[in-house]
Amino acid sequence: MKQFFIFVKKEWLHIWRDKRTLFILIWMPIVQILLYGFALTNEVKNSKIAIFDEAKDEASTTISQEISASRYFSLLKNVDSYKEIEATFRQGKIRLAVVFPRGFRNDLLHTNHAQIQLIADASDPNTANMLTNYATSIINDYQQSINQNEKLPYTIKTQVRMLYNPELKGAYNFVPGVMALVLMLVCAMMTSISIVREKEMGTMEVILVSPLKPFRIIIAKTIPYLLVSMLNIASILLLSVYALDVPIRGNFGLLIGESILFTITSLSLGILISNTAKTQQTAQFTSLMSLFLPTLLFSGFLFPIENMPIALQVISNIVPAKWYYIIVKDVMIKGLGFGAVWKETMILIVMTLALLGISIRNFKIRLA
Amino acid sequence: MRALKFLLQKELRQISRDKAVFRILFIMPMIQLLILPLAADYEIKNINLGVVDHDHTEYSRKLINKITSSGYFRLKDYSASFQQGLHAIELDKTDLILEIPSQFERSLVKENQSTLFVAVNAINGVKAGLGGAYIQGIIQDYNQDVRMQWIQYPRFNPQPTIEVTSSDWYNPNMNYRVFMVPGILVMLVTMIGSSFAANNIVREKEMGTIEQINVSPIKKTQFILGKLIPFWMLALTVLTMGLIIARLVYGIVPLGHYITIYIFASIYLLAILGLGLLMSTYAQTQQQSMLVSFFVTMIFNLLSGLYTPIESMPAWAQMITRFNPVSYFIEVMRMVMLKGSGLSDIKYQIFALLGFAIFFNGWAILNYRKRS
Repeated sequence: MKQFFIFVKKEWLHIWRDKRTLFILIWMPIVQILLYGFALTNEVKNSKIAIFDEAKDEASTTISQEISASRYFSLLKNVDSYKEIEATFRQGKIRLAVVFPRGFRNDLLHTNHAQIQLIADASDPNTANMLTNYATSIINDYQQSINQNEKLPYTIKTQVRMLYNPELKGAYNFVPGVMALVLMLVCAMMTSISIVREKEMGTMEVILVSPLKPFRIIIAKTIPYLLVSMLNIASILLLSVYALDVPIRGNFGLLIGESILFTITSLSLGILISNTAKTQQTAQFTSLMSLFLPTLLFSGFLFPIENMPIALQVISNIVPAKWYYIIVKDVMIKGLGFGAVWKETMILIVMTLALLGISIRNFKIRLA
Repeated sequence: MRALKFLLQKELRQISRDKAVFRILFIMPMIQLLILPLAADYEIKNINLGVVDHDHTEYSRKLINKITSSGYFRLKDYSASFQQGLHAIELDKTDLILEIPSQFERSLVKENQSTLFVAVNAINGVKAGLGGAYIQGIIQDYNQDVRMQWIQYPRFNPQPTIEVTSSDWYNPNMNYRVFMVPGILVMLVTMIGSSFAANNIVREKEMGTIEQINVSPIKKTQFILGKLIPFWMLALTVLTMGLIIARLVYGIVPLGHYITIYIFASIYLLAILGLGLLMSTYAQTQQQSMLVSFFVTMIFNLLSGLYTPIESMPAWAQMITRFNPVSYFIEVMRMVMLKGSGLSDIKYQIFALLGFAIFFNGWAILNYRKRS
């Protein structure tokens, strides 16, 4: 056992003395959480618009003012032709154009029917949808204000309640995802690189002739990374509670336990990769392409799994991060207990055992 | 010049003889490009609907029919009570509950007014927001139908109404792939280019082969150029393959010229590879440089406007995006491919990237020391 801890200490010193790597290992999750929490939103605000007002009457000016004054839009410029609208779109300066046809107010007052055209830059479909929705609702408000005294009969009202996340913050979705991503990265990628490094530098030979069992050596290599990832989990949770106001609604111990389980899964993936890779470069790219991207893709926090083709939905089931993400979401955000996540936990345990089994069987004591 | 030629020969041989690297360079990005756009479909559809119908009348059934036939919602759960409906949300079986109160039809007809309750699982804010908006829109439509049934409208509108017509330019079918593929292509080219460049010099350091280069009569500029040009060629090849896939598989034909894309990409790659080499001159070990380059490209990708629009970001983040080469390339790719912008529309972005290219490469040359 004493030998084992000496190896752990050696590995720890490797990490500790490489200050740049350590710096990034510690700051990466923090930066990620801050970026996801504060910078990445789909919220629409101050979207640039152009107004093409052929009417220039009281009604069109009032509506233009109301649209420009809302927090969703800011007026970039008034244009005089469709050609100009197109040119402005092509330069990527605006997202929406509002067109009032000639005689807008006249039509509205005399025939009781007038038209407004909204032209959205639909190259980004969701944003285009949202912008059109917001602009329409501002125009509807105006319409209501001119027909104030009449109440429509047979009205259905809808009360909408947003569960778990009433302010529709992006952080509720991102925090569990970032946790999965960071653990995957720190554990799998860093361990696989550090093992392969010993092979590439030739120091593996020295280690393999030491009296410690080879597999224990590998385990000793993973323990410091386990510690670093626990530190990362702590900083992510602290930040999300105190900086992003994302609460931990469920059992804290359960959350930590599940995180440790997922860490072990990622570590065994890292060992598996290090078995096959010969150079650090290959190890890095294998973990990037076969771990990081699938985690990003299939965990469900960035890309909606339910929209994917069936084949990809099936594949998503073998990505461990998907199950961890579901667990964290259920425990942390929804506040559910073990009863709700036991199935996902079992899946992770089985995956971990299988991965460990495969990497033990494939572990080579002899260098080629 | 001759020295540079030999350096290029050496680098190209080194790359082409490493089968694993070669595989990663060409096959991986292609697989990613085939899978990612299929996955990156942010269109909000397939919202799982749970219904709690206390009314059980013709009206409530018609409403449910109207919602499910809209194409956005899939009826997944029929519960007897709101509690049961909520349980289905907890299990992720449904995303949204519609509760129709008892006496819904009665109070609508007799009292002119009735209320529906909608509860949305809002952990994913975007989905919840749009899902809520969709269902409200459908309910409004339904409301209009009910009114039509009861009131004979006169030929002219009784009160002034404004009709809003909307048109969606550049992507009339609202196809998400058309929007994502150019962006994903940029991301892949960036990842491949920058991480290989970041690894390269440090690898020579770690293996000790840099000593040989240091004692040879190669100028610093030649050395950096010798590292830069092979990866520049490789990344442009990856880009070409990506554009071919975009055209053959996704049917995305750029509205603008391919030449515009290539001109911009060549400048962009100089900048991003320069950044990679710069990181490489600073790093001591490959592990370090991998992590640093990974960290930097991650921030660049997140703040590039690939996933979320830049103008939604707070002011400080928007400031950062100005210094982010990736955001310029994604913007330009989308402009050229979807809107047909030409060189004159993107001149500002071209100058910005020229600036980055000179800055990063200049710094890398200055920082590369022949002495250790």
